[in-house]
Amino acid sequence: MTPGRESAGIMGDRVVFWEHLFRSAAVICGLLTLAIFCFLCVLGLPLLQDGHLLSLLSSPWAPARGLYGIFPMLLASILLALLSLALGFPVSLGCSLLITALAPRRLRMLLIGMIRLMAGIPTVVYSFAALFLLVPLMRTLIGRGSGLSLLTAAPVLALLIVPTMVIFFVAGFEKVNRAHLLALDALGGSRVQKIIHILLPGARPVLINGTLLGFGRAMGDTMVSLMLAGNSTAVPSSLADSARTLPAHIALVMASDFDSLEFTSIFACGLLLYLVTGLLMLLMRLPGRSPDNES
Amino acid sequence: MKRSQTGVLLGLLCMTIGFLYPGMPLQAADDLAPFTGLKGSLRIAGGTAHIPVMKEAARRIMSFNPDIRINIAGGGSGLGIRQAGEGLIDIGNAGRRPTDTEIAKYNLKLFQWAIDGVGVIVHSDNPVRTLTSAQLQGIFAGRISNWKEVGGVDREIDIYTRDESSGTRKVFWKKALARGTISDRANVVVSNGAMKTTVAGDPFGIGYISIGYMDATVAPVSLDGVVPDLANVRNGSYRVARGLYSLTRGEPAGLARAFVDFLFSPTGQQIVQDKGLIPVR
Repeated sequence: MTPGRESAGIMGDRVVFWEHLFRSAAVICGLLTLAIFCFLCVLGLPLLQDGHLLSLLSSPWAPARGLYGIFPMLLASILLALLSLALGFPVSLGCSLLITALAPRRLRMLLIGMIRLMAGIPTVVYSFAALFLLVPLMRTLIGRGSGLSLLTAAPVLALLIVPTMVIFFVAGFEKVNRAHLLALDALGGSRVQKIIHILLPGARPVLINGTLLGFGRAMGDTMVSLMLAGNSTAVPSSLADSARTLPAHIALVMASDFDSLEFTSIFACGLLLYLVTGLLMLLMRLPGRSPDNES
Repeated sequence: MKRSQTGVLLGLLCMTIGFLYPGMPLQAADDLAPFTGLKGSLRIAGGTAHIPVMKEAARRIMSFNPDIRINIAGGGSGLGIRQAGEGLIDIGNAGRRPTDTEIAKYNLKLFQWAIDGVGVIVHSDNPVRTLTSAQLQGIFAGRISNWKEVGGVDREIDIYTRDESSGTRKVFWKKALARGTISDRANVVVSNGAMKTTVAGDPFGIGYISIGYMDATVAPVSLDGVVPDLANVRNGSYRVARGLYSLTRGEPAGLARAFVDFLFSPTGQQIVQDKGLIPVR
């Protein structure tokens, strides 16, 4: 046996060891996620068993009358996430194109640095600043109500999801085939042509995934909507109305009695959030797979 | 010998502190004495009406004995009762009396160290300063939705209420709203402090807070002609009052015991009074 082969054997053992370690870590992570799902199902069961599932999704929240519906919160969550995406997506797309293709080098570094910094700011800081700056402004602009509304929370939530989306998009644009870019340069194409004909089509799956990720973050965020959306349990009749999102609802109801139906109902909320996020991740996987197969 | 020296040093320290904070009488040294030699951390959470008193007490105790760490959190009375009952925290605060089931289930020991009122507040620019019970109930139920109906400006009323866990909400709902409905269009805030800040910033808002939290940034509203203040709670003419409780699971021991005793000491009760609440002793 040559020394070289011997060392390869030892290396092989090590590789096997690390492989096992990482595999078990991955399996444990996966099992934990499943365990949370089971936990939510088991604890939410009393409410689901009574055949309340449909009424849960359609009725209003009125514990005094025995109604524990989460329809208003579900609607508010989806509206708010869509609204913040509508504000955040164009900004993210523009910003990431500026960073990858349009801006001079120095500005690019500055921009990406700022985006990374933004990604690290806790949501409570954004919400707190908005409470004092944006809320009075919205009250005056809307002309009725308290200034706490879906319209107030949406721009702040957009601010929250923009960094995630920009970082995701930039990574996607950088992976676009270099040869195509060089070919376009050789043909004398403009920068705008580069964006329209190469970057955008080439990064399409990444754009979709990043947007879904942003939507998921917007759906799941608690602090912004808790502090800025007003938390009323009525079905919002307009975007200028106060409304409560699912995560905020969980935060507000969590402290009630353990044995109460109110408390049980928030497991149903958790389950719903879990399913929505899970579905989004599934959607992300589907379009993400096709380009890999092509190449 | 060594111990008595430490005692003298600590005594001197206290006197210095007493000197630095003119509000603190020398009595404080005696009341803080039980904390000598104690160590460790104390977790307190729950009712938000309690927080100003808790913070002041904790500040004095921790500056007397830096080996003690006291963490104070909000979360509402419901949370205080539950977390204390489950042993997640050492002392739970509640702005309502726990139900008999809660007391029995968790073997809770109750310590009522102050009396508090819950008063209606509006923005300080709001001309409406007096409401009848019927008007108040109408406003919170959503039947009266414009300030002009109760003598104010022509503008929609923004109702603010508290979350499910709030003891302040339970007391207000029971005694001021006579268990009437609270409109589902009401905005929900999560602490007495947040309620005050929000109403102070909203010229068309109405909400309710612990009397201990009232100050010049908001305007109190008389209910049936009675101003919600300490004097009226004390003489019983203002009905929307409640006890402020601290709870422990079983008899408190060690640091928790010393803390509860401190709340009932002359210094503790003085803090209660300074923070705008009614002492029980």
